[in-house]
Amino acid sequence: MTTNVDKTNGGPSNGANKASGPADANPVAKDAVTVVDPRLLVRQEGFKGYLTEFGRKMRSGDLGVVPVIVGIAIIWAVFQAKDSAFLSPKNLSDLSILLGGTGMISVGIVFVLLLGEIDLSVGSVSGLAAATLAVLNVNHGVPEGIAVIAALASGAALGAVHGFFFAKIGVPAFVVTLAGLLAWNGLMLQVLGTTGTISIADDSFVRDLTAHYFSQLIAAYGAATVATAGFFLAQFLDSRRRKAVGIPSRPLSEILVRTGVLAVIVYAAAWRLNEYKGLPLALVIFVAVLVILDFVVRRTSYGRKVIALGGSVEAARRAGINVVAIRISVYSLAGLMAAFGGIMIASRIGSASQQAGTGNLLMEAIAAAVIGGTSLFGGRGSVWSALLGMLVIGSISSGMNLLGVANSVQYMITGGVLLAAVVIDSVSRRTQRSAGRG
Amino acid sequence: MAIVPNGPVLALRGISKRFGAVQALTDIHLEVHAGEVVALVGDNGAGKSTLVKSIAGVGPADEGVIEWQGKPVQVTRPHDAQELGIATVYQDLALCDNIDVVGNLFLGREILRAGVLDEVEMERRSRELLQTLSIRIPSVRIPIASLSGGQRQTVAIARSMLGEPKLVILDEPTAALGVEQTAQVLDLVERLRDRGLAVILISHNMADVKAVADRVAVLRLGRNNGIFDVKTTSQEEIISAITGATDNAVTRRKARSGEVAK
Ligand SMILES: Nc1ncnc2c1ncn2[C@@H]1O[C@H](COP(=O)(O)OP(=O)(O)OP(=O)(O)O)[C@@H](O)[C@H]1O
Ligand SMILES: [Mg+2]
Repeated sequence: MTTNVDKTNGGPSNGANKASGPADANPVAKDAVTVVDPRLLVRQEGFKGYLTEFGRKMRSGDLGVVPVIVGIAIIWAVFQAKDSAFLSPKNLSDLSILLGGTGMISVGIVFVLLLGEIDLSVGSVSGLAAATLAVLNVNHGVPEGIAVIAALASGAALGAVHGFFFAKIGVPAFVVTLAGLLAWNGLMLQVLGTTGTISIADDSFVRDLTAHYFSQLIAAYGAATVATAGFFLAQFLDSRRRKAVGIPSRPLSEILVRTGVLAVIVYAAAWRLNEYKGLPLALVIFVAVLVILDFVVRRTSYGRKVIALGGSVEAARRAGINVVAIRISVYSLAGLMAAFGGIMIASRIGSASQQAGTGNLLMEAIAAAVIGGTSLFGGRGSVWSALLGMLVIGSISSGMNLLGVANSVQYMITGGVLLAAVVIDSVSRRTQRSAGRG
Repeated sequence: MAIVPNGPVLALRGISKRFGAVQALTDIHLEVHAGEVVALVGDNGAGKSTLVKSIAGVGPADEGVIEWQGKPVQVTRPHDAQELGIATVYQDLALCDNIDVVGNLFLGREILRAGVLDEVEMERRSRELLQTLSIRIPSVRIPIASLSGGQRQTVAIARSMLGEPKLVILDEPTAALGVEQTAQVLDLVERLRDRGLAVILISHNMADVKAVADRVAVLRLGRNNGIFDVKTTSQEEIISAITGATDNAVTRRKARSGEVAK
């Protein structure tokens, strides 16, 4: 987090940085007006300070979302140059719907990666959830709502099973979830039985999840406005409260710049989506999930515990955190999100099939989280990396499909991108170490 | 000064603990009263940290009873010890490198506001706390990984001061500290005692022990090897208890002749 320290420098409230009184022999601290540690690189006021701070962070390996954003910009520029249909409203709208399926699974992966673990079963769990939904609803006539809830619950339960074996019995997560990968895929084939593929009715609620658009212009622009205003308000109120109790706060200029950047992005998206059929329901659901879970990670004590476990299990345990419970719950959440993703994918395809949850789905979900900037080493990352990573992966596959590139090449390129992301992760971890931020 | 009840805050009765083939602790007895600083000393590997961990619920003892304010209690998880009011600074610090100073200070006991982490209040209190302890770190919002060893140690000590403990256990708190910071920690220990808290201080530095402790409990090879009153005992006597020569001449001669016989 970037904070503006210099505003309150010298103020009586700036306790933590204060030199330790007369016993302190540091001449710089004595004669200077400031009482901060003189070696601390203090950010300058205003926008220039923002830029220098930014540059320093980059050099120390604290790259944040910059590599992904640059990556997305390059990918979009290249494809747009090759085929002007790439940034067309229809293609972007389709892309936004495509993100939701795998992206949802990837959100669960982010939680598992924050723990410093891995979950290889999410693909199979998502396929099984889709099969459960279809069999219950189509074959047995269970009401859709109940079938959806059952599918989600099955995902959460399977995840909890993985978590139990990992956290309570002590089996390495890699092995437990690898067993899950195979077992749940088998169970899915069993559930589907001889039917093979089960189609979901076109007029069903499940289909609507990815087929419905809020077509009024006001919907997309309204959502953009709510997002921008909400972001600004949250930052502004936080900054005001900080100022009130005399701790460093974000200057208004920085909040305005951030809000401005966000506004440009969301209004541009709203405009493009309105050019086509409007705001897709699938995108609304995905973003809502992202906002909620991002809140959980950053602003609740549960999220703090997950991150603590990713940093040091022993320290977390000694702080009184129930390690077993947190681990089981995270795997359960990953299962739940996998099931959710499976339902979204089935909704988009219009069926549950024997191929659901197989192929490169698992790889893409993990790759998205890592490409988006969540560390494989645990304890560092953000729920939003599921969206950013999926934007990269989705853009590549959508662009290549437009250009008629074969699947084989697509796989190789996605593999290359994943490798690049992991390299960035590892290198930035090393640079951060040497810059003392690791 | 707070009212000091007669009985000990913490009493250990017959604590034993083994790690595989190593009998790390054998039949340890120890009492700590409110408003008292007990120094726990002993050579490397004597079992001091193991004893601390058994009190803190990190590595529960195999045998023995822990009495808290006169009543036997079960301390099987770190959470149990926290509930009782035992705050511990571990020798290996146990901080999360990836979380900032504020987050580490409040880890496991975050301040909530309407169910949501109250970062502002936590940051304010952290600054206040660090200021009262005269702890100087670049910023409370940088990850622990970017602090020096001594700075980490001061953060770990500050962490134990949150949440109104009744007993504070410091496992070699000054090991990584400079002259000034060591003096501050010793001042802090005295302040804790004056506030009526019980303190267990582990240190290899006899000068520190003599300066702040009321009593010294010596561990040797996992066993009690004497409890001394600091005011009436010379440094040499304590050191000989640590190294194995006991405090009376006869046993000392025996030990010496035993060594010669080897
Ligand atoms: N986790 C463990 N597994 C096995 N043996 C252990 C473990 N922890 C400690 N021991 C053993 O128990 C004995 C006591 O160790 P302990 O860490 O309590 O010593 P200490 O008195 O704190 O020493 P120091 O002054 O070096 O910190 C040692 O012989 C050590 O090898
Ligand atoms: Mg020790």
